[in-house]
Amino acid sequence: MAAYLLRRTVQILLTLFVFLTIVFFLVSAQPGDITRLYSMDPSLPPETRANLQELFGVNEPLWKQYLVHLKNTFTGNFGVSFSLYPRTVGDVILERLPRTLVLFATATVISFYLGFALGKIIAWRRGGWVEYTSTLGGVSLYTVFTPWFGLMMIWLFAFKAGWLPIGKFLDPVVWRDAPTDSNTIFNLMLATAAILTVVVFAVAVATKKKRLAKAPLIQAGAVTAAAAAVIGVWLASGVGYLALDLVKHMILPIATLTLISFAGTMLLTRNSMLEVIREDHVMVARAKGLPEKVVRDKHVARNALLPVVTSFVFSLAFAIDGGVIIESIFSWPGMGQTLVSATVSEDLPLAVGAFVFVGIFVLVAHLAADVLYAYLDPRVRYR
Amino acid sequence: MTVEATPAAAPSLWKMRLTLAGRSLKQNWSLFLGTRIGILGLAIIVFYLLLAAAHPILMNTIWDERTYDPIVGYAFDEPVQPAPPSLSHPLGTDPLGRDILSQLMFSTRSEFLLGLLAALMTVCIGTMVGAIAAYYGGWVDTLLMRLADIMIMMPAISILIVLSALFEVGHLELAVLIGLLAGFGGTGVVLKSQALSVVVKPYIEAARAAGGGTLHILLVHIVPNLLPLSFLYMMFTVTSAIFSEAVLSFLGLLDVRMSWGLMIHTTESAGYLLQVGEYWWLIFPASLSITLLCSSFYLLGRSLDEVVNPRLRRL
Repeated sequence: MAAYLLRRTVQILLTLFVFLTIVFFLVSAQPGDITRLYSMDPSLPPETRANLQELFGVNEPLWKQYLVHLKNTFTGNFGVSFSLYPRTVGDVILERLPRTLVLFATATVISFYLGFALGKIIAWRRGGWVEYTSTLGGVSLYTVFTPWFGLMMIWLFAFKAGWLPIGKFLDPVVWRDAPTDSNTIFNLMLATAAILTVVVFAVAVATKKKRLAKAPLIQAGAVTAAAAAVIGVWLASGVGYLALDLVKHMILPIATLTLISFAGTMLLTRNSMLEVIREDHVMVARAKGLPEKVVRDKHVARNALLPVVTSFVFSLAFAIDGGVIIESIFSWPGMGQTLVSATVSEDLPLAVGAFVFVGIFVLVAHLAADVLYAYLDPRVRYR
Repeated sequence: MTVEATPAAAPSLWKMRLTLAGRSLKQNWSLFLGTRIGILGLAIIVFYLLLAAAHPILMNTIWDERTYDPIVGYAFDEPVQPAPPSLSHPLGTDPLGRDILSQLMFSTRSEFLLGLLAALMTVCIGTMVGAIAAYYGGWVDTLLMRLADIMIMMPAISILIVLSALFEVGHLELAVLIGLLAGFGGTGVVLKSQALSVVVKPYIEAARAAGGGTLHILLVHIVPNLLPLSFLYMMFTVTSAIFSEAVLSFLGLLDVRMSWGLMIHTTESAGYLLQVGEYWWLIFPASLSITLLCSSFYLLGRSLDEVVNPRLRRL
């Protein structure tokens, strides 16, 4: 397993290197250079331009520029953003990366559960009308033209019904007299979510070992208590209404992402289940007279889980990539929207920075998928 | 490379091959019919093919070029643009006074061409990569598969966005890009795994023993056995090609004259995007067409999967 992981790590580092090289040649293939793009801008002081030229090494030969590019990438120094001047690219990215991560992690987890639960059912009812309608509905949602679907969601739930805000990260009216800025609140919310996850996980592990008869009851009670405690703390803190505003802005993008992506997991689960159903141990389970539900959940779904779990991690990586579209539609200021707006407005330093970060994130997710795969599949572990 | 066959054996061999092909086609067709979703996909595709074919005919007969040209036409008969659907403009006109139906039908052809081209590129590259990697093994295999790993890990949509923003990317370039990304990436890996099960078959050994050259074995014995799976992956590539094109031209990054995505881009830049109820004809025809055509190829691909993939096949 260690050898396998080492090999994959080396491969991913190599891929990162290739990726960075491609980015470099894309940028250097542009006419003129990165600093001349804004030379018409009178608000840019000459010394700033000189600094930029030195930072990107534009007056050096190509190979030296390449080395400078690599050095800048690994030190996280991408320069100054043109469109958000005078903020640095690293600063902008650090602010926006968590927003993207929260959006996509939540949506991916929900769509994974939904897709797995539905996939189990439709595999069991192969050929029935349940399968056709859910396959048709799932495929339509899966291949729907994402910008249009996002737009319809906004139109329906925000514009017509007025239940939720139309896009963006926060409502400036609510935040006008706010005691702190949105990033602080958002980071506190992240911390809360992390604590809640740890609590739920700990309760699940603790009750599973004991094999108690009342385990579901204890779990539900513990989760409710934790949730109540969290809500109570936020209410008492006096900034709860700010957090609520952020949550409101998150609901619609997360719902849209979930609806778009659950079908992938559902269809994969179905195919994976259909492959497992043919195996002998399923026939044995049936011959023992086990109820269909037990056969489905304990004997087939468990074994069908492996490809689904791997695809889960991959889909997290691809969600970041595909989320470019959702983020631009909902004006959610995350990495994807940053990438698109920076590319469209020719803010090259920010575009390169965002692009490199999306690439790095996808690669890290692949590495995580490999670790998980090696952990779950004994055929990989013992090779 | 032609094998000398005895005159008596040649016709019967072809006859036998035809009979066998006909029989498997018939069997596969009935399996395909059994999936039902595939028929729906096929019906949608045929509908759009008819739409694409009808455009040049209409332009040359009923439709006046000055009014109905999808790119430079102007509906002089409408006092206000965008005009709601009427008899002369069944789907209304866009904010620039161009007929929506004409745009829709004109774009259908280029969507099909793009999808077909991207799929052909992907499958040609993927099949050759798969066959070569499986046949040669060793360092050729390692090289091609590591390249595939790199391709799979690339954030595809972000790359396409950055590329099309920095360079002039049209339909042809997009098709080539998608073909390269998918052909050397995922499709190549899947086809290689299929090719691995082909290269160990006895008839490959026999062909080699009979003195068949590498190219001959690859093209005549390995590639034909990969074709069903290649065909399946063509369908999925068409879906992703049409989708990528729509997204990129929706963002206004593609260098194309007219496409479904560009129609929505026009709507957006004219500020009609959130007036879905009042100006539905500006948004629904193009968006629904993208969705329907993408789903139809995906459905077709899935039902072909049930036919081609022995592990899903109903017995």
